[in-house]
Amino acid sequence: MATSPRDTQLKFEPWNEPGAQPYVQIDRVSKKFGDFVAVDDVSLNIYKKEIFCLLGASGCGKTTLLRMMAGFERPTSGRIFIDGVDMSTLPPYERPVNMMFQSYALFPHMTVEQNVAFGLKQDRIARAEIAKRVADMLELVKLGQFAKRKPHQLSGGQRQRVALARALVKKPKLLLLDEPLAALDKKLREHTQFELINIQETLGVTFIVVTHDQEEAMTLSSRIGVMNHGEIVQVGTPTDIYEYPNSRFVAEFIGSVNMFEGKLVEDEPSYVRIEADDLERPIYVDHGVSSAPGATVWAAIRPEKVLMSREQPAGADNWTRATVQDIAYMGDLSVYLLRLPSGRIVRLTQPNVYRHADERITWDEQVFLHWDPTSPVVVTK
Amino acid sequence: MNLGALKRLGFRGRTLVASVPYLWLVLFFLIPFVIVLKISFSDAQIAMPPYKPLFEWIGDKMVHIKLNFGNYAFLIEDNLYWKAYLNSIYVAGVSTLLCLLIGYPMAYAIARSSTSTRNVLLLLVILPFWTSFLLRVYAWIGLLKNNGLINNALMAIGVIDQPIQMLQTDFAVYVGIVYSYLPFMILPLYANLEKMDLTLLEAAADLGSRPWEAFLKVTLPLSLPGVIAGCLLVFIPAVGEFVIPALLGDPGMLMIGKVLWTEFFNNRDWPVASAVAIALLLFLVIPIMFFQRAQDAESGGGLHR
Amino acid sequence: MSGGRPWFRILSLVLGFAFLYIPIVSLVVFSFNESRLVTVWGGFSTKWYGALAANQQILNAAWLSLKVASITATAAVVLGTLTGMALARFGPFRGRTMLSGLATAPLVMPEVITGLSLLLLFVTMEQLIGWPAGRGMTTIIIAHITFTMAYVTVIVQSRLAQFDESLEEAAQDLGARPAKVFFLVTLPIISPALLSGWLLAFTLSLDDLVVASFVAGPGSSTLPMVVFSKVRLGVSPDINALATILIAVVAIGVAIAGFVMARQQKIRDRDAQMALAANQQMIESMKKG
Repeated sequence: MATSPRDTQLKFEPWNEPGAQPYVQIDRVSKKFGDFVAVDDVSLNIYKKEIFCLLGASGCGKTTLLRMMAGFERPTSGRIFIDGVDMSTLPPYERPVNMMFQSYALFPHMTVEQNVAFGLKQDRIARAEIAKRVADMLELVKLGQFAKRKPHQLSGGQRQRVALARALVKKPKLLLLDEPLAALDKKLREHTQFELINIQETLGVTFIVVTHDQEEAMTLSSRIGVMNHGEIVQVGTPTDIYEYPNSRFVAEFIGSVNMFEGKLVEDEPSYVRIEADDLERPIYVDHGVSSAPGATVWAAIRPEKVLMSREQPAGADNWTRATVQDIAYMGDLSVYLLRLPSGRIVRLTQPNVYRHADERITWDEQVFLHWDPTSPVVVTK
Repeated sequence: MNLGALKRLGFRGRTLVASVPYLWLVLFFLIPFVIVLKISFSDAQIAMPPYKPLFEWIGDKMVHIKLNFGNYAFLIEDNLYWKAYLNSIYVAGVSTLLCLLIGYPMAYAIARSSTSTRNVLLLLVILPFWTSFLLRVYAWIGLLKNNGLINNALMAIGVIDQPIQMLQTDFAVYVGIVYSYLPFMILPLYANLEKMDLTLLEAAADLGSRPWEAFLKVTLPLSLPGVIAGCLLVFIPAVGEFVIPALLGDPGMLMIGKVLWTEFFNNRDWPVASAVAIALLLFLVIPIMFFQRAQDAESGGGLHR
Repeated sequence: MSGGRPWFRILSLVLGFAFLYIPIVSLVVFSFNESRLVTVWGGFSTKWYGALAANQQILNAAWLSLKVASITATAAVVLGTLTGMALARFGPFRGRTMLSGLATAPLVMPEVITGLSLLLLFVTMEQLIGWPAGRGMTTIIIAHITFTMAYVTVIVQSRLAQFDESLEEAAQDLGARPAKVFFLVTLPIISPALLSGWLLAFTLSLDDLVVASFVAGPGSSTLPMVVFSKVRLGVSPDINALATILIAVVAIGVAIAGFVMARQQKIRDRDAQMALAANQQMIESMKKG
């Protein structure tokens, strides 16, 4: 049947193919509400069959951007193209776009069936065909037996599926999802994430998802667009965003990070050395950085890439002494907060490989922290 | 599909929706006031219609306009009118206060009862409102007359030997107004109190406030919008009230609603009646605008995006 | 839902409701009074109901009032809904403040002013264009629609303010034009509000004395007008009979409303249970993979 999501992710990179035409083109779109700039000169290319996530904190403009694609807001400037057609003047009921609302917006006076059939009825499709398509879609979202129920007779997770079915049954060119998993509880959320991906692959619809939940973005997307204050700060695959953030903001926004401010003391094409105030030893990074010597830069090291040992590491760079200050035991992993001689706290996560506590490093122990030269990411802004 | 035409269609749809009621209201609500204003400047005459026209064409291009300010002068000079205005305002004001004093505790009690009781109580409050206003005022005639229910009951248990004159007094008018307008006070108050977050009172208690203090410092200020809405809903129409003073009050009681009616129906003096109406309107304009401001705020404004 | 002194609350409720209902109860009781003296009990009798049924003037007036009220209520709901939609959904538009002001002013306008102004309008219109020819049912209906639509507007506007707009957006998103959205989604959902608006307009029209007195013509007396001219002269037990019938109708209506609301609550509770059970089912099926 279908390939595993991982395979698909490895092979699916239309943005890297030369000559590939974007399916959705957002061309320098801005939206102002009076003096307030909600969306600031955003340009994006999204390719067919992607799951593209707009990720950001509340108020960053992602929902406004989504609503402009749906047609509920008009851009103050700029244009939006879907499959080559300029959408700017089209009202929502004329666009080949469907949306799944955060509140699901199911019609309370209609059954599940009628809800899903609603869009098809507007297109004046024959009754028999409507019935068939609705039944097929309900099977796909596993709600076949609930067809005659009304929305308030369903659980939250089921309502979400109805909303999804209703939006997909029209085979739109683009499906917009507004915080699709926000209202679900944790267990359900994980399960639904994978289901969503499967449905998307089965139907081959292009998804644009808006979310503030990084986990959600990381799991669902083929690519993520991180937004801040109305601007797109970085676009990339989940790996790109996590391992290669282009700025302090992105590094700190996604997951946790240890950020060290320092000066570029050696700047070569194949490596750089950074002297940070908080660290006893310089940081040696195995790739070049586009910046001038003496410039202030930041080295970001993820907690899972920081390693602890009781013995002093070899080498002159990339290690420091530390004292264990706090340990949070999470079951599968432990989070350590360690104090450096400078007073700075560093965060470290480590899987609990050993069942028995005796082996593990404990409070107030003096340890050495070290990391691989490939681990730090240097950002200049 | 022509995009321009589509846009226009959507726009036209909206214009249609808004303009139908708009035109109706302009024609049947606004323009009448203009006409009242015009006629207030006219003279009475024995004819149909019983007022002289304001404009008269003299020759080809000349218009003779007669504005009779005498009607307004009459209002000011004759004691009857400004006394009636002041009395109406006074009576309406006192009635509003009484309504508030009775209605607030009731609204509060209903808001604080359990959900099922609440619905029943609300239905009980609303029920009189749905029965005829006229008939309920009529009921008070039977209660307040000299050989009416109240007097008979009081005499039967020996509290009094002579009937107390209650009908055709100012007291009866107060009772009538408070009685009829009470639901108009209770409902907005209830709507406001029901929305109040009870945890605020718990927080006040937690911080050392006694129940009475919490009421004065938390509940009362928060219920102010409801109080204002209720008071305006009672006061403004009460100023111009006619039926209650006519049925329950002393025939000589000066209420502006009665005055207007008498001028119109008994004296057939349309111009003076119009002048009375305009003067009343001028006074009420400010409270009415106040009310509308409060209405707009309560109903969510509707102004968005 | 506790704290404070319950005795105070209970007392205020008891006194308040006694105040509200004693007059109503007295009306009913004395409609069955044998004696003509309304407040002296002379024995049980239903003769006043008979007198009422034989009173042609009252019956004609009642019939007229019912007709007027039905037509008024229906038109008021249409106009009031249009206004409510415009005010709640159209955002700021030119003339909005004016519309809002015109639509809600009748709520507080003293009836003598409304009545006088409308009559003067009708007289002027008759002079200018010949319509309305004389005052009668038409003028009463127009007058009633004008002030009752204000109430419907307020009801509709506030209902729409609570209405989840994403439902309307979803309908548009699925391809329905604004008019269709209104009829397929908005209208069914706000229909209870429209019903209560209809009932309110009906009652207000049926009950109106002052405005009708101004704008009615000879031969078109409404029920309140007939009642008023009678009771000006003193109490009259057939009026008590009329009042009792009216109260009975209203009481039955309110009781029905109460039962309907209680039943709806039961249905809501049952549905919530169903949703909860559905949630359990879902979690089970998830565990199975």
